[in-house]
Amino acid sequence: MQSFSERYEAEVLNFDREQAAQHICETMRELLRSKLRKRGLVVAVSGGIDSSVSAALAVRAIGPKKCFFMQLPEVDSAEDTQSRSSQLIQHLGVESTQHNIASTLEAIGCYDARDEAIKKTFPEYTDGWKNKIVIKGGIDGQVNHFMLVVQDPSGNLQEKRLDLREYLQIVAATNYKQRIRKTIEYYHADRLNYAVVGTPNRLEYDQGFFVKNGDGSADVKPIAHLYKTQVYALAKHLGLPDSICDAIPTTDTYSLPQGQDEFYFALPYQEMDKALWAHNHGATAHELAEMLGISEDQAKFVKQDIDNKRKTTHYLHAKPYLIDPITELDL
Amino acid sequence: MSAEAQIRNYILENYLFTDDQSALDSGDSFLDKGILDSTGILEVIYFLEDEFSIKVEDTEMVPENLDSVNNIVAFIGRKSQ
Repeated sequence: MQSFSERYEAEVLNFDREQAAQHICETMRELLRSKLRKRGLVVAVSGGIDSSVSAALAVRAIGPKKCFFMQLPEVDSAEDTQSRSSQLIQHLGVESTQHNIASTLEAIGCYDARDEAIKKTFPEYTDGWKNKIVIKGGIDGQVNHFMLVVQDPSGNLQEKRLDLREYLQIVAATNYKQRIRKTIEYYHADRLNYAVVGTPNRLEYDQGFFVKNGDGSADVKPIAHLYKTQVYALAKHLGLPDSICDAIPTTDTYSLPQGQDEFYFALPYQEMDKALWAHNHGATAHELAEMLGISEDQAKFVKQDIDNKRKTTHYLHAKPYLIDPITELDL
Repeated sequence: MSAEAQIRNYILENYLFTDDQSALDSGDSFLDKGILDSTGILEVIYFLEDEFSIKVEDTEMVPENLDSVNNIVAFIGRKSQ
């Protein structure tokens, strides 16, 4: 009998890239035709792997003339994301616009609300300092909790546990970024009569790593069924520039570099992919431990963390609940 | 009011929206029963630190200390010794 590692390699790592791309493109065309009834696709491109692959698939599905891309940076966007997304737009030959959302975020109070909460934890925090949030607990069997990391202009790092109120305020404030971006995406979609492409991979979608009515909002999510490792493989298969294929995933939301595993997931994405796949295929903690080279206790906590995140973020996927159903709309 | 009653009332009022004491067994697992999610547990920690003047350390943030009324009562008891 094959081990979980062997099955993972056969089913996930060695998946048929061309067939996967064809299936996505055919389905996107079918959805545009029969469900969405829109004549094109808009994609916000960040320079990251997920939006780049989604954009490339959109172009492959319906051609560059029926796609419209947006670059939506703000003051905390990393410098290299802009150049990577420009490279992608040029590579795919798609019409695009650039809209810096910093002034909108400032006007709505995003930065002030975030900094107010940070200053409650680090009173000396001021302009020129950088910040990020780091998750702790999941792999140690603790309740997930959050550390605030700040860096002064001389490069000194400090870290403290965030009180819940401050954590929630920082996240609520930074969620403005995803929600403002989505407002602009729908502006362009509405004016062009296009549909909006959402770009989560399977890990993000399954584990609820998105902002409701922000990056979670879209008309079609072409790579939500693909593990992140597969998205990287597809990027190479689609011939995307090396700078994109080799990009290290970040949240690109906080001013200090922040890996997704620091902010949300218990493990780096390569291991999280394996953990999620194995958990979905009935692996025990012992089998998962063997697959990842971690202790059985840690594997048990990772499995629990996956289930907890599904429960905690279920409402992000849900449509608004009604008191009584309106069955006439069940088309 | 006893610590147990304070904690029970906090959970009943804020997460179950009832004053019916039979809605919560003191041994019920908050996570397994879907009464609280991980953000809810963090809110409970905030409540405990405020109400009982204790500091919950990172290493103490485990379900054995926080996942039921009984677990919390025992935990607070140990902390105040």
